[in-house]
Amino acid sequence: MGINTNRTKLDTGNNACAEAVKLAAPDIIAAYPITPQTSVSEKLASYVDEGVLHARYIPVESEHSAISAVAAASAAGARTFTATSSQGILYMNEILHYTAGGRLPVVLVNVNRAINAPWCLYVDHQDSASQRDTGWLQLYAGDNQEIHDYVLLAYRTAEEAMIPTMVCYDGFLLSHSMLPYEPIEEEIARKYLPDRDPDWCLHPAYGRKTFAQVTPAFEYSEFRKRLAQESALALDVIKDRGAELDALTGHNVCSHVKPYRNEDADYLIVSMGSMGVEAEMSADILRNQGIKAGSLRVRTFRPFPAETFVELIPEGTSVIVLDRNYAYGTGGGIILQELKEALYGRKVSVRIAGTSIGVGGMELPAQHMADTVKDVILSAWNDKI
Amino acid sequence: MAGIKEWSDYELSLPGNAACGGCPSTMALRTVGKALGENAVMIMTPSCAVASIGLLPKSAYDIPTLNICFAGAGVSASAVVNAFEIAHEKGRFEGEVPTVFNWTGDGGTYDIGLQSLSAAAERNDNILHFCYNNEAYSNTGIQRSGATMQFAQTTTTPGGKPNPKKNLAQIMLEHRVPYVATASIADLQDLYRKVEKAKAIQGFKYIEIHAPCFTAWKFAAADTVEIARLAVKSGAWLLWEANEDVITFQGATKQIAEGKKEPEALEEYLSAQGRFNKLLKSPDREENLAQLKADLARELALIKHRAAFKG
Repeated sequence: MGINTNRTKLDTGNNACAEAVKLAAPDIIAAYPITPQTSVSEKLASYVDEGVLHARYIPVESEHSAISAVAAASAAGARTFTATSSQGILYMNEILHYTAGGRLPVVLVNVNRAINAPWCLYVDHQDSASQRDTGWLQLYAGDNQEIHDYVLLAYRTAEEAMIPTMVCYDGFLLSHSMLPYEPIEEEIARKYLPDRDPDWCLHPAYGRKTFAQVTPAFEYSEFRKRLAQESALALDVIKDRGAELDALTGHNVCSHVKPYRNEDADYLIVSMGSMGVEAEMSADILRNQGIKAGSLRVRTFRPFPAETFVELIPEGTSVIVLDRNYAYGTGGGIILQELKEALYGRKVSVRIAGTSIGVGGMELPAQHMADTVKDVILSAWNDKI
Repeated sequence: MAGIKEWSDYELSLPGNAACGGCPSTMALRTVGKALGENAVMIMTPSCAVASIGLLPKSAYDIPTLNICFAGAGVSASAVVNAFEIAHEKGRFEGEVPTVFNWTGDGGTYDIGLQSLSAAAERNDNILHFCYNNEAYSNTGIQRSGATMQFAQTTTTPGGKPNPKKNLAQIMLEHRVPYVATASIADLQDLYRKVEKAKAIQGFKYIEIHAPCFTAWKFAAADTVEIARLAVKSGAWLLWEANEDVITFQGATKQIAEGKKEPEALEEYLSAQGRFNKLLKSPDREENLAQLKADLARELALIKHRAAFKG
C-alpha cells in the first residue's frame, strides 16, 4: 500500500469505519446495538452529539426499524448509514429486499459474526453471505484500510448504480483489532463524494409521486429485471470508482479480487475477509514445501466478479476454496458454489474443490490453513504433493 | 376552526380509486387531506388503503406516498421527517418542512406495527400517526386483529373472538406524547378539528379513527356512517382527545361521560351488524352482553379517571 507513514493511525476496524462514515457526511444514521458492531454506531452517535457530524442519529428499537429508517430516509433524499451484525442483518432481511427493489442507495456495514443457533459471538460469514440474493452489492474488507476506504467506495457506488451497498468485515479480528491505516483526507473525501443529489425524492418539492401502489406482473418483472441487469453492471461501477479512489488516496486497495503469487501458481487458494492474510502466508508455507501455491482474496462478493476470476485462473490451475460459511446441502461453502458457476464452460482444465473452515471464530493460523489446503488437494484429487 | 364550507378544495384521494363504495378509510383520508393541506407526505403500510390506490402506473392518491413494509410505519415516518428537517437545515429546501403522517390500519398500528410505533412515540418524533380502525384485517379478508371487539366473528375467530380488544389509544397516551385523540367517521368536523390541531403541535401525535367496514362487519354499505354514529352513542367507541395531558370528551361521549345521557342500547349497535350473530343467538347471550357492557363501562371509567388524574 502506498501509505504515507506520517499520516498513519493505529486504530480498530470499527473506529476506521466510523471515521469514514463521518467523511461521507450522511444525513440520517439509525442503528441498533449488536456485538461486534456496537462501537461503530456509538462513535457516530457521539460525533452527532458533539456536532462534528451534522446528521440525525435515530436510536431505534430494533434492526428491522434501523433498516426501515434508512430506507425511508433514503427515499426522502437523505444520505444514510446503518451498521449491524449476525442476527441483526437476518432481522433486516425483509427490508434489505425492499431497499434493493426500491433502488435506494443505502450504505450498510455488516461486522461479520456467526448466527444463532447455537449462540456465538465470533466471526464467520454466514450472516451476510446468506443475504446474497437480496439484490445488495457486497464488498468484503480484509484489513482496516480497506474498511475505511470501502465505506466511501460504497457510497459512490450505491448512489451511481442506485443499488444499496454493504461493506462487510470480520468481527473482532478487524472490528476490535488495532491495525495501522491512513485516514482519507477530508478534502479528498469531499471531492470524491459530494453531497447526494437525488433525481427524485418524497419531498413535495419534487412533485406528488407515489411509491405505494400494487404493481402488475409486467411492470413488476421489468423493475426486477432492471435490478438484476444493473446489479451485474455494477461490477464496472465498483471497479471504476475504486480506481478513482485509489488514484486520489494512493492506497491501492480497490479491486474485485486481491491476487498474491498467482502468476506461476499450480494451486490457488480462494478466500474472503481477513483470512486472506493467512491464505497468503499459507501460500508461502506451501511454496517452501515445494508446492507452487498462490492466493486470490474476494473483495467484491456481490455482484460476483466472474470475469476477474476467469482472467486470474489460468487453464491447468487447481483451485481450493476456503469458505468461512456453509452452503447447506451442497457439501461446501457459498464461494465454492459461486466460483464453480463462474468458471463453468469457461475453463476446461481447471479443477475446483473446497471446504468450510474458521466458522464460529475458529482460529486460522497459517500453518493450519496450509495443512487444510493439502488435505483438500489429497482428498479431492489425490495429487502427489 | 374552518367551517365545512371553508374546507380546502384539495382532494387527496381522487375519484376512481379502488376502494369499496362506502369505504370509511377513504372518507376519513379525504378529510385528513383537506385538514393537512398539500405540503404533506404520507407513509403507508399494507392495508386496504394501499390497495385502494389502484394499479401502477396510476395512482388515486395525489400526495407523495411511500408504502413501507408492515412493521415499519412508526420509524419510517420518523426517518422521513428527520430527513426533511435536516435537508431544510442544510438549505436544500426552503419554506415549511412538510407534515409527515402515517396512514395505517389497525394491523399496522395495534399488532405488527406496534413495536416501531411505540419507539417513535417514546422518541417523541415529529410525526402524525393515523390508525383507521376497522376492527379487523379487512384487506386480507377479515381476520381478527388486536382491535377486534370481543365476541365478533372473523375468519380466524369464526365462533367469535374470545378476548377483549387492546386499549391502544390509552397505551399511546402513556407514552407521554403531546397529543392523542380518538375520532370517528361519524363526525368528520370533529376529525378535521383534531387533525388541524395536531398539525400545529411539535412532536408525536396519534389519532385513531373508528371506521366501520361494511364488508367485515356485515351491514349495508349505505349504513356506514349510521353504524359509526351508533358506536359512539352506545359507548362502543369513545371520542376524546388528550392535548398536553388535558383530556376532554366530544360528541355523545361527552354527554355520557358527564352523566347527562345514558349510552344507547348496545344491542341495537350489535344487531345492526352480522358479525355478532353468534353472540346474539348464543345461549350465553345475556351473560356475554353483560360482560361486553361491563368492559365498555370500564373503558369509560378508566379514561374519566385518567382525565381527572393530575400527576
